[in-house]
Amino acid sequence: MSEYIIKNGHVFDPVQKIKGDKKDIAIKDGKIVEASEVSSSAKSINAKGKTIMAGAMEIHAHVAGPKVNAGRWFRPEDKIFDSHKKPGMTRIEGGKSIPTVFKTGYEYARMGYTFAMEAAMPPLYARHVHEEIHDTPIIDEAALPVFGNNWFILEYLKNREIENTAAYIAWILNQTKGYGVKIVNPGGTEAWAWGLNCLTINDPVPYFEITPAEIVTGLMEANEYLGLPHSVHIHQNDLGNPGNYKVTLDTLRLAEKVKPKNDFGRDQVMHSTHLQFHAYGGESFANIESKAKEVMDYVNSNEAITFDTGNVTLDETTTMTADGPFEHHLCSLNHLKWFNVDVELETAAGIVPYVYSPNVSVNAIQWAIGLELALYAKDPMRCFITTDHPNAGPFTRYPRVMSWLMCAKTRNERLNTFKNADKIIDRTTLAEIDREISLYELAAMTRAGPAKSLGLSKDFGGLKPGMNADIAIYNINPEKLPTKGEDYEKAFSNVAYLFKDGKICVKDGTVVDNGQKKTFWVDVKVNPNKQVRHDVVEKFLKYYSVNEGNYSVPDDYAPHQHIISLDATHA
Amino acid sequence: MTKVVKDVICPFCGTLCDDVEITVSDDNKKIISVRNACAIGAEKFNHTSLPGRVTRPRMRQPDGTFKEVSYDEAVDWTAKTLVNARKTLMYGWASTSCQAMSVGHEIAEKIGGIVDNCATVCHGSSLIAIQDVGVPSCTLGEVKNRADRVIFWGCNPAHAHPRHMSRYSIFPRGFFTVKGHKGRKIYCVDCRYTDTARCADEFIQVQQGYDYELLNAFRTAARGEVLPDTVGGVPKEKIYEIVEELKGGRFGVIFFGMGLTHTMGRNHNIDIAIALTRDMNDFTKFNIMAMRGHWNVTGSGQVLAWQYGFPYAVDLSRRTKARYQTGETTSVDLLIRNEVDACFNIATDPGAHFPIDSVVSMSKKPTVTIDPHINMSTEISDLHIPVAMVGVEVGGCAYRMDNVPIETRKVVDPPDGMLTDVELLTKINERVDELMGAK
Amino acid sequence: MKTVTLTVKKEPELYLECETLTPDAFAGKKADEIAKIPAYQGREDTTLGEYFSIAGQAGASAAETQIIINGDCSKMKYIGAKMSAGEMIVNSDTDMYTGGWMTGGKLVVKGNVHSFCGLGMEGGEFIIEGDAGNYLAASYRGDWRGMQGGVLRVKGNAGSDICTFMNGGEVIIEGNVDIHIGTHMEGGKIVVKGNANRRVGGQLVKGEIYVFGNINVMMPGFKHNRDVELEVDGTKAVFAEYLGDLGERHPKRKGETVYGKLYLKK
Ligand code: SF4
Ligand SMILES: [Zn+2]
Repeated sequence: MSEYIIKNGHVFDPVQKIKGDKKDIAIKDGKIVEASEVSSSAKSINAKGKTIMAGAMEIHAHVAGPKVNAGRWFRPEDKIFDSHKKPGMTRIEGGKSIPTVFKTGYEYARMGYTFAMEAAMPPLYARHVHEEIHDTPIIDEAALPVFGNNWFILEYLKNREIENTAAYIAWILNQTKGYGVKIVNPGGTEAWAWGLNCLTINDPVPYFEITPAEIVTGLMEANEYLGLPHSVHIHQNDLGNPGNYKVTLDTLRLAEKVKPKNDFGRDQVMHSTHLQFHAYGGESFANIESKAKEVMDYVNSNEAITFDTGNVTLDETTTMTADGPFEHHLCSLNHLKWFNVDVELETAAGIVPYVYSPNVSVNAIQWAIGLELALYAKDPMRCFITTDHPNAGPFTRYPRVMSWLMCAKTRNERLNTFKNADKIIDRTTLAEIDREISLYELAAMTRAGPAKSLGLSKDFGGLKPGMNADIAIYNINPEKLPTKGEDYEKAFSNVAYLFKDGKICVKDGTVVDNGQKKTFWVDVKVNPNKQVRHDVVEKFLKYYSVNEGNYSVPDDYAPHQHIISLDATHA
Repeated sequence: MTKVVKDVICPFCGTLCDDVEITVSDDNKKIISVRNACAIGAEKFNHTSLPGRVTRPRMRQPDGTFKEVSYDEAVDWTAKTLVNARKTLMYGWASTSCQAMSVGHEIAEKIGGIVDNCATVCHGSSLIAIQDVGVPSCTLGEVKNRADRVIFWGCNPAHAHPRHMSRYSIFPRGFFTVKGHKGRKIYCVDCRYTDTARCADEFIQVQQGYDYELLNAFRTAARGEVLPDTVGGVPKEKIYEIVEELKGGRFGVIFFGMGLTHTMGRNHNIDIAIALTRDMNDFTKFNIMAMRGHWNVTGSGQVLAWQYGFPYAVDLSRRTKARYQTGETTSVDLLIRNEVDACFNIATDPGAHFPIDSVVSMSKKPTVTIDPHINMSTEISDLHIPVAMVGVEVGGCAYRMDNVPIETRKVVDPPDGMLTDVELLTKINERVDELMGAK
Repeated sequence: MKTVTLTVKKEPELYLECETLTPDAFAGKKADEIAKIPAYQGREDTTLGEYFSIAGQAGASAAETQIIINGDCSKMKYIGAKMSAGEMIVNSDTDMYTGGWMTGGKLVVKGNVHSFCGLGMEGGEFIIEGDAGNYLAASYRGDWRGMQGGVLRVKGNAGSDICTFMNGGEVIIEGNVDIHIGTHMEGGKIVVKGNANRRVGGQLVKGEIYVFGNINVMMPGFKHNRDVELEVDGTKAVFAEYLGDLGERHPKRKGETVYGKLYLKK
């Protein structure tokens, strides 16, 4: 394997607390090493006047699997004029709001990302998720199976059987090659199978005699019982509705009851995703307002929580979530096409195209809330930038979101030119904030922070010798920072270099190597559990439409696996 | 000694039953017996040992006869044909694995092919309808566990999907449906009395070509508006009565087939059936599902979608972009308009399913057909390359009609020296690279 | 205004894709430069000059450019697609997507056009002197934004699926039309001066459809409202007004439901 030495660049690495100092980064055998460890034949890269960060890590995006793909094929209009072959070692790339697998891999890489977490994997469809991950070039990926409406979980937690819950989670992670515990609209999606919903954390789930609060708490306990690398990852109840911030605060407070327990350096017990959709005040869309401040006051005070933003990018996009009832509700508002799949015993999914228009006050308020959340975050190691791709906008807009966060002038220009600017300024607090996110903070929000939250901080998210050589070099000179948002946008859209596993995969925005992407998953050993075994056999016999023998993801679906093994056999 | 392979997936229809048990000889060469499959499914497994199975490629000779050639010669001829053509129709894919499709698409992207699957002559109209209005749907297990109103509209699973009714839709007992058939009301809407109608509690006979109007009437009735006295031969009283019954159920589902997709208006019939389903969700829970025919036609749509964003008829001929338009980039139209100059068939038999004009058009172009067996397409081709049967002699991923992916199983060995689809396509891909590199 | 005249000198073996044949692409170019503009036949990249002899020159902008095409264009796609200004006269039949997505200018085809013509049209004037195929002035697959504006006139007949998801603009068919007219329409106006086959205004949300001749089968979701005297495309007559599709959703304005309207000449 080749050796490299990246010289004269400005390094931003929260792991080593390096804030833009000039430092040489050496690479050998896919790892970062001390500069003294590479031979004189190491290829030298001149990064003078450039910014160096670890490869960025996407903590929450919908990039592979059944609903993503349904979104692709039921929206031919999303790519009729957006399908291109770009220069470099690439395949045809198509799709604006839901890029094809090829475009997904390339675009993340061009932006300096080296890892993406698929945020919702229905276990029954795990094979599909992995087939797409397999075909996505360059970036490492993992997927979170959904648990919050799973019949096994509902039945175990009704009786507070944490050990059985944990054993079942371990079994599912193994069967699906999954990474952690995702919860989407706990209880509400099961209710949706009857056309109903759970809109607070205390609404009972029909027929299952359990509440969302009990599901969330129980799953947090099981997660820590197992000591998984990532915490519970939750999309809360009542997404997208005016006044929902109270439900949000109720859910966040559940994290106070559980203590983190793991060997991965993770401090949180709950990751709250796309918080923007959950920080609304008001009683209706007519008087919706930002409650970002209230929500962030709480988040800042509770170190057991990490979150991602879910920034609205003001584009036409495609919403998709395992929150089935929400999508039905959305389609009754915008009357666009609606795709829904209910998945036996496990979950559901809905998809509706959506146009976020700067001329619509609600959309502009959502835009402001997303930015407020990040700007109010006291600890950038617990706040991560996402667009809940493609829900609030496509991930390809990250550079623009970053420009809004890093340049107050650009942000205010946008804010002040909304059609109903006065109203937006009145209903949000964005105009009062002059904070600009620094490059160092950005490195925390997009690298070191997500890595820590995912329990991957040992090898990823930093540039310390010994860590994986995933490195992004941007055309940004910290000694002469851009003064215009669009310059940030340009620089973040196309890396000068992207190293993946120590190999140059992108150079000057052009893909030069497809790398060797890996699939991350978590293999937990638990005590043999007769009850869970019995239940699995019974449920497959009686209620599933596939046999247990055909449920798991075969090994060759993921040719390059990065398995995180842990032992949770309790004495 | 024989052995039993369990949890075998039946590679015949879109029901994709995965509980088949097959007894094979201990040398892995012969299938001795098939359990759990229906008659047509069992027949498919027994196809492996049909006498006279071709095991080597056959090339058409000037005198019209076929001559056996080596795989290498076949690969070379195929690659050259693809590289020399300006626009190749690459049709089929419905009876092979997703893994094979991926390799095929790589070839298509290089040589400027148009990749189309047999949705083009069956459920393409359903896909178009879903593109226009979406679809509320579910997995088949949901139907088994929850459905108490089941409508079969223009489909006849009793013949086309024999185990559908017992596994998912009429008879099974599930979590919330402990009474099985007794707890469900079954409706059949068709222009003739079918064997499926025989299993239904209510048969609604619609005049041929009036499905769209009848569905419009159901929607109008659901909104409490007035109706003409009869619509498509169905009295308005019946329409109001059924609509109320549907609203009164807990979980309803519509299954539809060729009776909707292939009659006047095609996609519009599905479109309005989906619209009715959508309306019903204002009152109760309602879903709708296409009865997909070939066992892995759904998989072809999935792979094309994640690679190019369209579910069939994907035109890569420009090599710089993917395009899609039913009526233009669909096989039958391409052939009838003579828009392509070579044909590459794999894992489906266009000779048997396409209108005669397009088959004639195909027979006049350089054509290769890749298929385990002799069929109507192989007989109009210049080259027939036999391959191992996917789902019997080699595994690979397939997608059920509700898009659930299942890895099919290898049950017996293919005949000695026979290539699989993946192996063959990989060789063709490599040869294409050599030829294009040389150009 | 300057004029470029193209004359077909070679018939394409398959079909020629010439989305580059518009005043916009020609603007500011001389004949020899126009000859070098790319066109495509499958994976073969070719030029307009391969297939046309080209005389004259384009104006400085699209608006100042007139294009006249002579010879057989029946195997040429995308002529005038996305044109925004200027004028084109095609003295031939044309293939698919003629005038698709056009936003302005004037396009006249003195022959028949195939399917998908005027697809997603946003503005301008498009006149077809012969017959039109299917999906005239419809939306592209999956798009809920069909024809948005402009005027499209067909002097002959049109096929099926015309004006699907129409949101605005006006389409006049002087002859007959086949099935599925104005499906999912949510605005705009369709005038059919001949007969319409069946399924007129299925799933109609909003907008107006006028039929001068007969409709073979009326949709059950339409209800007679009143008779009105109107002047439609130069014809004064009494029309029976139907409201519909009553099976479809409808917007409300000031508390009143707004229906789609179908007018049948008495
Ligand atoms: S119903 Fe279909 S999949 Fe099942 S055994 Fe019969 S043919 Fe095979
Ligand atoms: Zn999400």
